[in-house]
Amino acid sequence: MSAVAFTGTSVMDIDAAKIRGAGSNVHFDKVSVAYGSHVVLHPLTLDIAPGEILAMIGPSGSGKTTALRAVAGFVRPASGRIRIGATDVTDLPPYERGLGMVVQNYALFPHMRVEDNVAFGLRAQGADKALIGERVKDALATVGMATFARRYPRELSGGQQQRVAIARALAVRPRVLLLDEPLSALDAQIRRNMVEEIARLHRSLPGLTILYVTHDQTEALTLADKIAIMRDGRVCSHGPTTELYRRPPNRFTAEFLGRANLLPVTVAEAVGSKGFATARHGDVVLTGAGRDEEAGDKSLLCIRPQHLSLTAGGEHTNRIVGTLREVHWQGELTHLVLDVDGTPVRVSATKLPVELPEPGAKVPLFFAPADTSLLPEDAGV
Amino acid sequence: MSDAVAIGAPAIRREPGKFWIVPPAALLALLFFYPLALIAREAFLDDSGVANPAEIISVLHSRFFLNALINTVTISVSATAGCLIVGLVLALILAFVPFPGSGFIARLIDTFIALPTFLVTLAFTFLYGSAGMLNASLMETFSLPLPPVDFLYSTWGVVLAEVTVYTPFILRPLLAAFSLVDRGQIEAASVLGARPFRIVRQVILPAAIPALIAGGSLCLLLTVNEFGIVLFIGAKGVITLPLLIYGKAIQESAYQVACIIAVVNIALSLGLFGLYRFAAGRLGV
Ligand SMILES: Nc1ncnc2c1ncn2[C@@H]1O[C@H](COP(=O)(O)OP(=O)(O)O)[C@@H](O)[C@H]1O
Ligand SMILES: [Mg+2]
Repeated sequence: MSAVAFTGTSVMDIDAAKIRGAGSNVHFDKVSVAYGSHVVLHPLTLDIAPGEILAMIGPSGSGKTTALRAVAGFVRPASGRIRIGATDVTDLPPYERGLGMVVQNYALFPHMRVEDNVAFGLRAQGADKALIGERVKDALATVGMATFARRYPRELSGGQQQRVAIARALAVRPRVLLLDEPLSALDAQIRRNMVEEIARLHRSLPGLTILYVTHDQTEALTLADKIAIMRDGRVCSHGPTTELYRRPPNRFTAEFLGRANLLPVTVAEAVGSKGFATARHGDVVLTGAGRDEEAGDKSLLCIRPQHLSLTAGGEHTNRIVGTLREVHWQGELTHLVLDVDGTPVRVSATKLPVELPEPGAKVPLFFAPADTSLLPEDAGV
Repeated sequence: MSDAVAIGAPAIRREPGKFWIVPPAALLALLFFYPLALIAREAFLDDSGVANPAEIISVLHSRFFLNALINTVTISVSATAGCLIVGLVLALILAFVPFPGSGFIARLIDTFIALPTFLVTLAFTFLYGSAGMLNASLMETFSLPLPPVDFLYSTWGVVLAEVTVYTPFILRPLLAAFSLVDRGQIEAASVLGARPFRIVRQVILPAAIPALIAGGSLCLLLTVNEFGIVLFIGAKGVITLPLLIYGKAIQESAYQVACIIAVVNIALSLGLFGLYRFAAGRLGV
């Protein structure tokens, strides 16, 4: 049975039997972690669906790595259970969990050639020789490193080493791939390419569940099906990537996922049947997408810089006026900074009027209600 | 113009450098090479100053020399093997099994290096000697007429004492090497399905090979030349090269025989020292 290659069957016949439940979802059930009296992960309940990429994103020290290491088996939860598929893995050692893991500094075995690094997991699991040969070739081809099989890690660049690390994790056909800041050690250009490659990789292995830990919002937005935003050991928001970006439930989420302009407003008219509310910013009445806001609520109107336009028209029915402070031309994009009644407002524009206003000028800004989101003023802060 | 200055400066500075080699070289010659040359001269020439190969050949073929050589090699190889095994196990535990106070234990074992070697032997005599605590309590408990444990006065007693004394010399470089092993590699191996024993064999040990060679050759060197421990245990018939040299020179006044054996001993030591330097160089210590 195990001789059939490329069927998605793990070679871990004995060990994998334990985790060979239904799907390869990951379930955190009220998992908490403490170092001594210092609680670094407050009871966390979270589900990663089979085949989903969940990006766990948050500032340094927010507990992302801790959550990932709890799945891997290197951190013992103080309470709660972790399930992979139908199996409760909370008490299993790492080598019986059937996972793949890639970390920031690659952690390749320096005295082994690339092919032996990739074969390591299969050998540890007692796969037969022919299968190992095939899987190693396949895994190296997947990451575009087939011609480097005979090299040692020290003879490779950082990006190449990380590809080998990914191949090494994929060769064992893990149910879940854990990635902890896998691209943080690479420079910007290579990082962009690698993000695209990981996305491609996931398209070719759609059944693979991925937990992707990062502090980089671009990586998260590019790759993830869902995002969980961590803050001080808690998940402060969790949801489908585009939804979380377009309708952030709180200020922290809005500001962590890309740039956000947050205008303080007072709700004038509660959310109607179409999901929109009207709100006052000073004398200006604006329409924004809301949830359950009531008239009189203090709120923040979130607008992304690229959704603000200097020209009226179409859907752009909201209008505010600001004083232009700075203009930064960056080729493809021009960044403007304005002052709207004391709130700094950023605009990223691809198209500019022929006559660019001078700093100090009053400039009207237009935006569509559908591109906004009303946030509670204090939630999550 | 500025080039000329830059080139001229080091040339001037090199002159005092040449001079400074004289004092250490002279001291080395006086304290080290001269006595060495005397020993070599004494070994190869007889009293009338004529080369005497017959004497050398007869010493090298003698029963007492061959016995001592075999004893020396047996003891030092066994003791080194023992040190490597005990040192490796201890180092793995100290470096990779988290327990409170492991740092303290490591430092404690480290201070062993500072103690004189015969001290352990003395302690062993108190513990396992014929009038030691172990034998005394066994004789009392089982009303035995004679001490039942007498391994101490044998080759194995010497080996045990040397393992105790010299294991820290293995432990030290091993702990240094282990501290450089990336914990991420161990974790990666573990996630990939490797059990602890495989991780030790395939991930940790390859990183420790230079340390093992360096520590092992240092142990061989020290145990080949060990004098105090062997003398202190005073096991009958356990004569090693240093003990034989001592006996021939001091007790029998057979200086030429002592010097011939000394030359063999020195050659053995220098060979082992070369091995140690080579391995230590690879380790970067
Ligand atoms: N081994 C440890 N011992 C004590 N505290 C730790 C340990 N590992 C992490 N922490 C603490 O746990 C918190 C979360 O760390 P971590 O999960 O690494 O954060 P992140 O990956 O989001 O940057 C931090 O405050 C960190 O100092
Ligand atoms: Mg981290």
